[in-house]
Amino acid sequence: MTTGFKPKHQRLVLLAVALVALIGAALLAAWALRNQASYFYVPSDMAAEPPEPGQAVRLGGMVETGSLKTRADGITIDFVVGDGEARIPVVFAGIQPDLFVEGSGVVAEGSIRPDGTFEATNLLAKHDENYVPRELEDMHAEDRREVVAETTE
Amino acid sequence: MIAELGLAALWIAAALAGLQLFAGIWGLREGGSRMASLVRPAAIVQALLCALAFGVLLLLFIRTDLSVALVAKNSHSAKPMIFKLSGTWGNHEGSMLLWVSVMALAGGLIAFLERRLPERTMIATLTAQAFVGLGFYGFLLLSSNPFERLSPTPAEGMGLNPLLQDVGLAMHPPTLYVGYVGLSVAFSFAVGALLTRQVNPDFAKVMRPWVLGAWIFLTLGLTAGSYWAYYELGWGGWWFWDPVENAALMPWLAATALLHSASVLASRDALRAWTIMLGVIAFSMSMLGTFLVRSGILTSVHAFAVDPERGTFILALLVLNVGGALLLFALRAGTISEGQRFSVLSREGALVVNNVALSAILGIVLLGTLYPLLTEAFDVKVSVGPPYFNPVGAIFFLPMLVVLAIGPLLRWRRDRFERIQGPVVAIAVVGLAVLAGVFFIAGIALLPLLGMALAAAVAVASFMPLRGRSLRRLPLPVWGMVVAHFGVAVALFGMAADTAFQQERLVAAQVGDTVEDGPWRVTLNSVEPVAGPNWTALEATLSASYKGGEPRVVRPQARSFWTPPQETSEAALLTRWNGQLYAVIGGEAEGGRWQLRLWWKPFVTWIWYGGVLIAFGGLLALIGRLAGDLRRRSAKEQIAVRRGTAAP
Repeated sequence: MTTGFKPKHQRLVLLAVALVALIGAALLAAWALRNQASYFYVPSDMAAEPPEPGQAVRLGGMVETGSLKTRADGITIDFVVGDGEARIPVVFAGIQPDLFVEGSGVVAEGSIRPDGTFEATNLLAKHDENYVPRELEDMHAEDRREVVAETTE
Repeated sequence: MIAELGLAALWIAAALAGLQLFAGIWGLREGGSRMASLVRPAAIVQALLCALAFGVLLLLFIRTDLSVALVAKNSHSAKPMIFKLSGTWGNHEGSMLLWVSVMALAGGLIAFLERRLPERTMIATLTAQAFVGLGFYGFLLLSSNPFERLSPTPAEGMGLNPLLQDVGLAMHPPTLYVGYVGLSVAFSFAVGALLTRQVNPDFAKVMRPWVLGAWIFLTLGLTAGSYWAYYELGWGGWWFWDPVENAALMPWLAATALLHSASVLASRDALRAWTIMLGVIAFSMSMLGTFLVRSGILTSVHAFAVDPERGTFILALLVLNVGGALLLFALRAGTISEGQRFSVLSREGALVVNNVALSAILGIVLLGTLYPLLTEAFDVKVSVGPPYFNPVGAIFFLPMLVVLAIGPLLRWRRDRFERIQGPVVAIAVVGLAVLAGVFFIAGIALLPLLGMALAAAVAVASFMPLRGRSLRRLPLPVWGMVVAHFGVAVALFGMAADTAFQQERLVAAQVGDTVEDGPWRVTLNSVEPVAGPNWTALEATLSASYKGGEPRVVRPQARSFWTPPQETSEAALLTRWNGQLYAVIGGEAEGGRWQLRLWWKPFVTWIWYGGVLIAFGGLLALIGRLAGDLRRRSAKEQIAVRRGTAAP
């Protein structure tokens, strides 16, 4: 296009272009968020209503004492995440975060396998001595006390 | 005694900000030049007092004065000096004092130097600056006093989070804050221009260096922060779409848009209302970022000094400042007259596309970052990560890169496609050739593939504006644009190459074992305990050889700090021009084996080289603009002198 817009029209056209693009971005974002957000589960939720196998979700709870086992390859670990009501077996291959220990809080990212085991691709443990994964704040009072006691020592 | 001196300086500075606000409003209403004449001195003295207060806090940290609560909580006498210094701002109170000080210094600087705008606009600008500043003084003095005493004085401090004891990170918060606060100046200029109805190219020219400066610091801050997360967190990733990262990215996106629209306003007197709007948005993103980081309202791996109550205070400031500015904008937008018109195919047209795309990306990042908060209101907990941000952001980012390649070739106001046909075809051929080449050789995922093709196209295109021009006489800002756009291509190439070609190995190895990772052969020679000033560590010695070449030795560590007690992984990096080997040692496995994680990351360093190039381009443009301003100023003075001597 080689001709300029009339002054009044130009402002309207610019405004319309910007609005269309921004509304388009917002709609696109809203649609993508519904599909791509990964939902947070505590073990009792996950046992009651398991997510689709393969769907990216997060699982948060306490690593059960005595449940942590390392496999023969030296890098794959199995452990159980519980919230006092349900227990979910988790498998993870990788270097554990610095502060990942039995009896402490953890948020595992990954997806559930058809056999009911949670396959974690990433473990988020507390980051410094005061860090509690925010999702854990709403856990059952007893566990929460444990987490707090353990993370504020 | 010295802590009280700092506190007193802060209170007086706050009072001066109050005076500046009051005198400014009075001066604007009555046209009373006597009150208005107080505004500039108040801003300058305020800057000096804030500098004094910050100096006092620095001194307290250098001396490790444990009678001050903040020092006792965040420092330790056995800490290396550099981290004693960085401890000053590695905590909430200190970082807010830094914010206020930088803001006062910026205000003082414009009060002292800036004489190009009409005095009324300057008074309005400094009044807006005082209004924003006063809120932060209140926040600092009422809820986060950095000079509070502790009684009784403890025998030893509590130390600084070991993850923060890092040279890169020592410089990270000041860099970002200078950027954030620089945008506050742009905000004040926008409000000042709106108040006095002076939205014109002069305003844009005065605002532009501040936006450029802020943008340079934001770019460096993002680059350094990304590199820090990459090597310090030990996960091998350089961007996590974490809320705190997004909090720094959003002001950068807004500032990038503002930079480009301000240049349209300065050169062509178009996009007036839009530039004002972006000035308001850019600073609101800075405040939103501070709110998200400081309040800890979102889960983040980077949130260190968080406190929900203080978050509420910042949120209130955010609503007050931004709400006020937007209201003013709504009332005055109608009175901003239409700027110069331009054709769709013109430099302005391309910059409009750039601005709209950047705003759309900003909106996408903003929605994704805040979405977990929205759903939490309905008791649903979600986290939003790369599966959302990468593809949705790319829908606007990739077309924007196409415009970035072509836009600088266009002329202002109006252009014909036939004129730029040759270069456009050349750029397209390069892009398509790389696309086809990479696709047939490697067959990688769609986004990295498009990323590499566009990186090649943009790299070629970024030098096109130099065609047919005398390189010696080319203005510095044009060089700045060329370098910055080339930096975008370099960074994009690094991102795409690392995403597409990185190779990971995770093993439990015995001493003497050799592991292959891509072109590397890595041998675990030994694992031994070592000790540092405030930590002990297990250190692995690895010898790594690239394609059978001379082996090089690296030593990743698993460190244990004791003040405060914490363990960190110190990744070891082996840098070549075409990438990095990234090695992490984990825990001990059964049978005397050690967990070892290796990544070969082709061209990953180009991401940060690109970031530095982008910032350097900004610096060239800034120097060019400031030099131009100085030349014009001295020319004007000479003319004035000649007229003075000519007149009888």
